[in-house]
Amino acid sequence: MPKSKQQRQLFYIIPYGIWLVLFVIAPLILLLFQSLTTQNGHFTLQNYATYFASGTYLLMTFNSVWYAFLITIITLVISYPMAYLLNRLKQKHFWLLLVILPTWINLLLKTYAFIGLLSKTGTVNNFIGLMGIAPQQLLFSNWSFLLVAAYIEIPFMILPIFNSLAEINPRLAQASRDLGANQWQTLRRVILPLSMPGIKAGIQAVFIPSLSLFMITRLIGGNRVITLGTAIEEHFLVTQNWRLGSTIGVILIVAMVITMVLTRERARKSSRNRG
Amino acid sequence: MKKLVMGMIGICTIVLILFGTQHYLASKTGTNVSSNKVLNLYNWGDYIDPELLKKFTKETGYKVSYETFDSNEAMYTKIKQGGTSYDLTVPSDYMIQKMKREHLLLPLDHSKLTGLKNYDTRFLNQSFDHNNQYSLPYFWGTLGIIYNDQYINAKDIQHWDDLWSPKFKNQIMLIDSARDALAIALITQDKSVNTKSRADLAAAQAKLTALMPNVKAIIADEIKMYMAQNEAAIAVTYSGEASEALSHNKHLHYVVPSEGSNLWFDNVVMPKTAKHQAAAYAFLNFMSDPKNAAQNAEYIGYATPNKKAKVLLPKAIRQDKQFYPNDQTVKHLQVYDDLGQLWTEKYNDAFLEFKMSQK
Repeated sequence: MPKSKQQRQLFYIIPYGIWLVLFVIAPLILLLFQSLTTQNGHFTLQNYATYFASGTYLLMTFNSVWYAFLITIITLVISYPMAYLLNRLKQKHFWLLLVILPTWINLLLKTYAFIGLLSKTGTVNNFIGLMGIAPQQLLFSNWSFLLVAAYIEIPFMILPIFNSLAEINPRLAQASRDLGANQWQTLRRVILPLSMPGIKAGIQAVFIPSLSLFMITRLIGGNRVITLGTAIEEHFLVTQNWRLGSTIGVILIVAMVITMVLTRERARKSSRNRG
Repeated sequence: MKKLVMGMIGICTIVLILFGTQHYLASKTGTNVSSNKVLNLYNWGDYIDPELLKKFTKETGYKVSYETFDSNEAMYTKIKQGGTSYDLTVPSDYMIQKMKREHLLLPLDHSKLTGLKNYDTRFLNQSFDHNNQYSLPYFWGTLGIIYNDQYINAKDIQHWDDLWSPKFKNQIMLIDSARDALAIALITQDKSVNTKSRADLAAAQAKLTALMPNVKAIIADEIKMYMAQNEAAIAVTYSGEASEALSHNKHLHYVVPSEGSNLWFDNVVMPKTAKHQAAAYAFLNFMSDPKNAAQNAEYIGYATPNKKAKVLLPKAIRQDKQFYPNDQTVKHLQVYDDLGQLWTEKYNDAFLEFKMSQK
């Protein structure tokens, strides 16, 4: 019973379509609807006015973006050389597996493990105690928050960069060297531009979730780092003002869309014409 | 690809078989929901001695289906949305008031309650439920200060105002809750913890902000773990959390400042979704029985409102001033009222601004 190709394609689209409508489009519409209505269901922009008129929320937004930015930079600085190195190893897929392995463990468990490491009586303090240094306050600081957040996000940065580096034909680097470029020039002019899609994908994969991190802000940061995730949690759970919570949610989504647009793949044509 | 598909099918089959087995076992032992000999209890996690549930089933024949929640708001949302059939649940004071106002609760028929006389009258007839029309107290407790005697002298930390002492720079862990944090500041300024005056709230926020240099972290349930591990010298938290922390570290002590604090209640109520009222009354009476209440209090470590049960507790618990403060202190304790949407948000905004004031 041969079906036409078009019919078959249509058939394959159905599960995807249902998924998309149920779990992506419907929740987004609900979120937008909540943020644009009053308790009685009338249309209003009051929630957005509240948000933008409040110095607290704007500062919190700035905090979120700033910390997400820092986390992205830290992971990028660590990940690029690491991905580069991994690509040159013999058993590169084995080593990559080791990098990805931590993502198989639940996020909260990893966070609690860090509490054990960083607490006053924890492993790190015991270790520096051996060298005669008094216990340090490591938890509840910006640094510990950045450390844990970066640790959790690193695999998502390494993976796309690793893949884009693996795709580069090694002959290109050889050719570059044959033509007189030194190692630095080869890296900067050949490898880096060719791995740009991986970097951009990595930035997306790290920056966007980092914007709304919130369990770590409390557990490791001791609420000394406050991001929009904290405010959303509060509005949904404590004050039960779902409308304002949704408004913040919508604003976060907009911020994410902006990130996607800024880091999107430029049309191939223009980059080729330049050369 | 084929392997993957086979693998998935395999997993699904196993899940189905397990599900079927479980269903079969459930129907055999009679725990399925259609049976009328059942009680649907919706309670906080680990908030009852499991032995008591077994005993209840043995004595009355009602099977208990025990489901848990982790916050008043989560419980409220679930009951309000409907689709549940809980017979009893255990909200805190202000939430009872809120649920009562929204007609989510059924009044209790006092003629069916056999254990009412066992309760301490100090813990009945509270502002959130006059004459206990809708609720029976389950446990009560306070908000207070835990300190570690390795780092802190007992005499230095007896009152809320002591927290502001410059000696305690960066040493205090504060509970992540708007009501409780602001209550501390309000009490030090001799104001009601339920104030609806903008000036009082602003003053309390300013006072709290002055505490910030001493605050090490603003966290929730983790406080008990951190205190047990000597992470901080001082913490502000609830008596229930404190009793757990104290049981892990003998250097810890709990103080309820005598000038006043919050008095909280977890009371048992019957939501309007209740389908097995006879079972619910049987359970209420079972839990009011002094012997059972005492056993539960010993297991959970919270303070029981059951006067006759308290007598049955070991002397060391009964006379522990930390968790059963004297009358003088109890007199100064204040219960939270439900503030309503507007003021709940005002308190939370003030708290959020306080949290943002750290740098």
